[in-house]
Amino acid sequence: MIKLNVNGRAQNVDVEPEMPLLWVLRDELKLAGTKYGCGIAQCGACTVHVDGQAVRSCVTPVGSLAGKKVVTIEGLGARGLTRVQQAWLEHEVPQCGYCQVGMIMAATALLEKKSKPTDADIDAAMTNLCRCGTYARVRKAIHAAAGTQVAASPEPVLLPNGQKA
Amino acid sequence: MNIAIDRREFLKAGAAVGGGLALEFSIAGAALAQAQGATAPEVTHWILIYPDDRVVIRIARSEMGQGSLTGLAQLVAEELDCDWANVSTEFVSPNEHIKRKRIWGSMSTGGSAGVRTSQEYLRKSGASARTMLVSAAATQWEVPSAECSASAGVITHGPSGRKVTYGKVAAAANKLETPKDVPLRDPKDWKIAGKSMKRLEMPDKVAGKPIYGVDVQLPNMLHASIVQSPVFLGKVKGVDSKAADKMRGVKGIVKGDGGVAVVADNCWRSNQAAKALKIDWDEGSNGAVSSDTITALFKEGLDAKDLPTARKTGDVPAALATAAKVVEAEYASPYLSHATMEPMTSTAWFKQDGTLDVWTSTQNGEASIAAAAEAAGLPLEQVEVHKAMLGGGFGRRGAPQDYVKQSVAIAKQFPGRPVKLIWSREEDMQHGFYRPASRARMKAGLDAQGNMVAMHTVIACPSILALLRPEGIDKGIDSTAVRTFNDSPYTTPNQLVEYAMRNPHVPVGFWRAPGLQNSFYRESFIDEVAHAAGKDPLEFRLAMLKPGDKNRLVLEAAARVAGWGSPLPAGVYRGLAQSDGFGSYTAMVAEVSVNEGRINVHRVVFAIDSGYVVNPDACRAQAEGNVIFCLGQFYEGHTLKDGRIQESNFHDFRIPHIQEMPRVETVLVPTGGFWGGHGEPGALNVVPAVCNAVFAATGKRIRSLPLKDNDVRNA
Repeated sequence: MIKLNVNGRAQNVDVEPEMPLLWVLRDELKLAGTKYGCGIAQCGACTVHVDGQAVRSCVTPVGSLAGKKVVTIEGLGARGLTRVQQAWLEHEVPQCGYCQVGMIMAATALLEKKSKPTDADIDAAMTNLCRCGTYARVRKAIHAAAGTQVAASPEPVLLPNGQKA
Repeated sequence: MNIAIDRREFLKAGAAVGGGLALEFSIAGAALAQAQGATAPEVTHWILIYPDDRVVIRIARSEMGQGSLTGLAQLVAEELDCDWANVSTEFVSPNEHIKRKRIWGSMSTGGSAGVRTSQEYLRKSGASARTMLVSAAATQWEVPSAECSASAGVITHGPSGRKVTYGKVAAAANKLETPKDVPLRDPKDWKIAGKSMKRLEMPDKVAGKPIYGVDVQLPNMLHASIVQSPVFLGKVKGVDSKAADKMRGVKGIVKGDGGVAVVADNCWRSNQAAKALKIDWDEGSNGAVSSDTITALFKEGLDAKDLPTARKTGDVPAALATAAKVVEAEYASPYLSHATMEPMTSTAWFKQDGTLDVWTSTQNGEASIAAAAEAAGLPLEQVEVHKAMLGGGFGRRGAPQDYVKQSVAIAKQFPGRPVKLIWSREEDMQHGFYRPASRARMKAGLDAQGNMVAMHTVIACPSILALLRPEGIDKGIDSTAVRTFNDSPYTTPNQLVEYAMRNPHVPVGFWRAPGLQNSFYRESFIDEVAHAAGKDPLEFRLAMLKPGDKNRLVLEAAARVAGWGSPLPAGVYRGLAQSDGFGSYTAMVAEVSVNEGRINVHRVVFAIDSGYVVNPDACRAQAEGNVIFCLGQFYEGHTLKDGRIQESNFHDFRIPHIQEMPRVETVLVPTGGFWGGHGEPGALNVVPAVCNAVFAATGKRIRSLPLKDNDVRNA
């Protein structure tokens, strides 16, 4: 039995210590919000918090987590949406949404460390991959959650047929 | 256990269930069932209205991030004239669809066609439902319908001022006949459609709640991992599963002709056991195929005589012979994975009552149910497909349905227990239906004034249709292989387009904007010809576009917003491209700088005329997504060695990161009168616009991708 603390609850799981946290969360604890994308810590879809740090759960052996606190997306918004999630909603960030849980976990950890991140901070922290291409909105939403500048959208809309946008 | 999961069988079967053929289903004797289990009356088969005024709009297409779930609902709600705050959606059940004789039309989600091919019947359903609700209220009040009006979910009797909400008369409206020929609103009067409504599934998506295919949880569920022949079309000769058999949680090994699956009690355990299999493969005759042999095959195709002709206008040989100047170039592209963030997945459950339930992320619920029924050997009516959210699609989850067949074949060995198959990333990347690699040779003739008088194009490219939809091939021409050339809007008087269909054993499929490599070729080459003619690339193109051509309008719009010809910061250069496709007309201007061989894309201006715009913000999101998705082509490219794809995961098939995302300005220019798509048109011009800007910056032409094959350091 391995003892875990996930989203503030003590859990006992009967698994091999080398099993990555990702699969313990998904298949043993039925917390499917955390996603599998690559299995080699490249894409970040599996990002969770361990003692407040963003970690890639697909390469984190569950046996290494004794005495540590794991938070997943299910725990993050347990008491209503966080400001990061609200910013995500406001800026309509997700497309397919598959990578977005990892993005939100990574952004949340970034803002815990740096309350006013620069674009360079965002580039360095947000190494998560998104195939749909939501990156511009991810950046905007992080700035919005931090209360830092959000560049005005310069997107002009020309509607020669009178249709209003 | 030995089950058929031979890849060739997938391919054949994939073709048999491709979108086009789905139309031919005839379900003898199927009763026109009323919506079973519905707890609200149907007012038309698209709309359910609860007594408390909640409106559920049914969605037949899939939601894979493109936003059509919301856009399609907006079109229905617009004509229904309900309160948008009361609207939610549900996916149409493929089983119910079959039983009701395909009443919801196509379920196929591709070709940027969700809105444009269903807008008319969806808007009519909304308008019909409104008419029926008004009629039901008028009957209840014993007044003429003409004295009643409906707005925002409330019906009002003008003379008396009486009011009733839709929910109160929905049950009565359900009993009425659906009217024919209802008038539709002029888009300029739209109140719900045409607006940037917040996408309906977003609150769930930011909370991690949607159930994607990989997330399905069922009682007593088992987990499967698969290992497919590394050489496409190879076969399993033998399996040594001694090590895997002994691993914790392993429940069984399922051996097929083209692959082996391990079933266990946890996805990681099945995957670990799959890695422990020792499989002896019969590689067949393709074990020596490499990128070099494929290139040689394409080059042979370019030199072949008597090729099928996709376009012939005027007399190209004569015009080239008398041209003042001839420009010639050869371009090439590699195979590309879809690399959806969610790998291929499907869950199948043979129930004790003889029915089969499947949960999967699919771009076509009907193709999935057909694939599942065929693999199970069951009639369609005994199969249900539960459409999960898609973790990306980009064409991979449409026609092939290979993973659905696999999951059904595996679950068949475990009757009564659901089995969830998730492909590893490595399987996903090395067993795709790839964007075809291809090669094109173009030759243009200029007259003494620098006008293009002739263009000859030969394209060597594998055929997507030959594999997935062979009935679509017309006189040896696959339209996806010759597009942009056979339908080029340029008025060049002499044009010849020839197609060398060359099909290596690598499976090809519909990848976002199928045929987009031809926009790279044509629009880069036109830039070359413009420079050879000593003309501005914008002016050169405009001179070849007829007045009133919508391609011209978007090109002018993009150029105007980008400030074509105006000064730029030091080191920044512009390039442009224009292409039409998927029902829309598009043009793009890219601003780039090149430093030490590294290309930085600073700003992209994208103009699109899609006729109408249903959700402007969702259209912008598609434009942003298309830009960065296609900038990936500068890094990504599959190579073949020993008959197999070399790259296996995101470390060697690099997709773009956040710092590579440029500023994207979307210019919506909907001129009305037609309906065009948004999911793919934005993909067409990204590569050529950037490459043309790189030429402006460096004098170097990029004629093949990925970028590592080029040296773009300043000359």
